[in-house]
This record gives sequence, C-alpha cells and structure tokens, in this order.
Amino acid sequence: MSEIRTELKYLASHEWARVEEDGSVTIGITDHAQDSLGDVVYVEAPEVGSTVSVGEEAGVVESVKAASDIYSLVSGEVIAVNEALEDAPETVNASPYDDGWFFKVKPSDISELENALDADAYREIAEADE
Amino acid sequence: MGNKTVLFETHQEMQGKMVDFGGWDMPLNYGSQIEEHHQVRRHAGMFDVSHMTIVDVTGSQSKAYLRHLLANDVEKLGGEPGKALYSAMLNDSGGVIDDLIVYHMGGWYRTVVNCATREKDLAWMRRQADGFDVAINERPELAMIAVQGPEAIGHVGAVTSAARSAASAGLSVFQGVQVEEWFIARTGYTGEDGLEVILPEADAEAFWRALAQRGVVPCGLAARDTLRLEAGMNLYGNEMDESISPLAANMAWTLAWEPQTRDFVGRAAVLAERQRQPSHKLVGLVLEGRGVLRAGQAVIVDAAAQAPAKGVVTSGTYSPTLGFSIALARVPVEVGDTCLVEMRNKQVAVKVVKPGFVRHGQSLL
Repeated sequence: MSEIRTELKYLASHEWARVEEDGSVTIGITDHAQDSLGDVVYVEAPEVGSTVSVGEEAGVVESVKAASDIYSLVSGEVIAVNEALEDAPETVNASPYDDGWFFKVKPSDISELENALDADAYREIAEADE
Repeated sequence: MGNKTVLFETHQEMQGKMVDFGGWDMPLNYGSQIEEHHQVRRHAGMFDVSHMTIVDVTGSQSKAYLRHLLANDVEKLGGEPGKALYSAMLNDSGGVIDDLIVYHMGGWYRTVVNCATREKDLAWMRRQADGFDVAINERPELAMIAVQGPEAIGHVGAVTSAARSAASAGLSVFQGVQVEEWFIARTGYTGEDGLEVILPEADAEAFWRALAQRGVVPCGLAARDTLRLEAGMNLYGNEMDESISPLAANMAWTLAWEPQTRDFVGRAAVLAERQRQPSHKLVGLVLEGRGVLRAGQAVIVDAAAQAPAKGVVTSGTYSPTLGFSIALARVPVEVGDTCLVEMRNKQVAVKVVKPGFVRHGQSLL
C-alpha cells in the first residue's frame, strides 16, 4: 500500500501540493504515482520564472515504462525547480514527498487549493487504481 | 485471474509486482527494473519464463515436417543432438505467425514459442502436420527459468548436481543438453551469456531459491524488455506480426533459401517480395538527448519531401546501460544516418544505427 500524507493536497492525476511557511506551494507526484510509473529517468519541470496554470500541462515525468504529464494544483509563477532531479531522477522513486519534489509556485490565488482533493479522497482514487 | 506459473507464490513473496502478460500473472519487477537490468549485465539475474509455450515435435518425419513448417532450416542442426536454431514460422502470404527457437533433441525436436500466440501457433502447427508422421505435444508441466549474465553459468553449476554442472559448463553458445530430467541450453534473450533451463515444475522452486541464495537477483518482464531491446532482439507483436514480412523485421538472416528445393511455408511470397525489393526495413534509433522513444511514434525519414515517407517506432525504451533512449523502428529503406521522431507534439532528431546497441555489457554504438 502506498503512502499518502494527510497534510498534503492532491489531484486525481496523482500530483501533491504542500503549502510552505513562506506561502509558496511545492508540487510533486505521489508515492502511488512513482510506484505505478516505475523507475523515473527524466523529469521535465517548468522553467523558473514561467507561469503555470491549473488544468494545463506544467511538465513531464518519464519512466522507463511511460511518460506522464504533470499538472500544478495552483496557478502562479514558478520560483524554484528541483535541479537535483536532473542527475538523480531516481530520487522521485526513493522520496516522492520530500527530496523528490518537482517545482515550487508563488500562487496567484491560494484558494484554488480548495478545489484539490484531501488525503482521504485521494486514497480512494489511488486504491481504485491498484 | 490469469494462469500462474509454479513460481507465482515465490514471486509474491519476493515482492514481485504481478501483472497480466498474455493471460499469465507474471512479475513486472521486484523493485527497481533498472537495478535488475544492471545485475544481468554485470553479474547474473534470473527470469521465470515458464509462461512460454514448449512444444515437442516427435515422430519419424519430424525433421521433414519442420523443414516444411519453418523458414529457417533444421538441417543446419546437423545429425547430432544439441544445437539450437532461431526461426520464423510464416503464413502462406509470408507474414510472421511467430518467432521461435528449435532445439535438436536427437530424433526429435523441442520448440519454444511465445505464450501470447500459443493457441494460433498450436492450431497452425497441427494443420501443417497433415500428411506427416509427427506428433505435436505441448509440455505445460515443465517450468522454464532463464539465468542470464556473465556469472550465470557459474551460479547454475554451483547449485545443481555434478552431472548438470559439468554438462552446462561444457555447452557452446546456442547449444543444449538433456541431463537428469533437465534440459539446459546456452541461449537467452538478453545479449549476455547464460542459460535457459527447462525442468520439471517440482524442481523449479528449489532451483530458484538456491540461485537467490547465491545472489542471483530475480528479474521481471520490465528488465527482460530493456535487455532484449539493448541487444536488438525482436519482440513478437512489436517488431513483427502476421502483416509484416520478415524482410522488414531484420529477419532475412533467418530465412534459409538454400536448398532451393525446400518449399517451406511462405517461401514463394517472401521470395517475390525480395525480388521486387522490400519497401521497409528495421533499424535502430538513438536519442542522446532527453526524452524516451516509445512504440507507435511516427518516424519521418525525409523531412524535405512533399509528403514525407513515414516509419514507426516498434519498440522504444530508456537504455539503462547507455543512459539514454534507444528504439527499434520500421522505416522506408531509403533512410539515411538521421531521421526525425514525432514525440509528444515535437519532432526530435535521432541517429539511425543497426539494430543492436549492447552486447556482453559493452556498447555497440
């Protein structure tokens, strides 16, 4: 059974979001997502300074098995990307909620997160998918 | 639920992620598929391939029958038992019904065909047997374990009987031997040295566990696919099927045209195609930048043309050994040194190479 953290928000497409103390929002993919994808070999995150929008493709994660689009849970400016994934994409498999984060957004409207799933709602989706 | 091999519970116990594969519940991976891949290239790994279909051909006309059935010629196997041959089994129009390996057992033959094509293969083999004194018997009671990698033969020798150990150490490449109820062959699907062992189901679990004890890692279908693709080996259903000529699937080397009097199934159709020049061929593609080539992506051979000739990626993956993406693709024969692949709404330039990227742990590029 994959790990689902109660403090995070989720999308049905298997991304998570964490609101940081400075008000920024960190985005990554869930433990269930990394397990389904298998060994991650490339992460294509949006560029720092670019804008992401809810519902629009923000990046791509590729495993040996498949490519999958990445969506943000909030709209706004990308203020950081996890450059460590360039040389060590396997970090996404090893630590999907911590060291394997994808990018950080300065949200233009934090209330967008209210539309995201909580841990219980996401768990139902992840379990149905197993 | 699908069919299960005798090792199903052992796979689950070893954390195998079980998936459906041609109607069988088989392990996709046990952890990291990349790590399993590296173990086979550097040391040794083992694969449960008991889902594959073993079909024994016996009877006084078994050789004549196989010389009719197969595009390659079992006459090449000589008079003594032991040698193996890779062949296509064609239909009348020259399409590939399946690819298989045939072992000369001494007076009879053992074939190993794909599991996804089992029913149509058996039906075809029986239909073609009309008029020959042969018996065609499936052997579902046998398990099959492939132990692959530079250290594989040593590990097998260490965990089995003295007779089996000696016999397997003495095998040449593409040779097999029957010893104490086990058939051991120096064949595989990884581009590494190693053995494929066909054994009674009752012996399989103990053999598997003894190998694991020695550090031979269990490997799943995912690593099997990246290994065979690095080795440039075809996968039935990807590189070829009944609509595809062996000439367009890098299988010309498996077609035995001599002697001309041997009228194997599909000969006339493939010969006619060869004489008018095939339109497509199978090549290797290399993408050294980011991204992963995937089966089904379109390949553009001459971008300057009004209506560019297109090919298709038949198998694509990330190569763990090379660290970038490789693929097999069926493309128009006029392909040059580079071409374009349509990947996720972009056209990406790739190098065109011979099919085959890694052998015995070393890059062929």
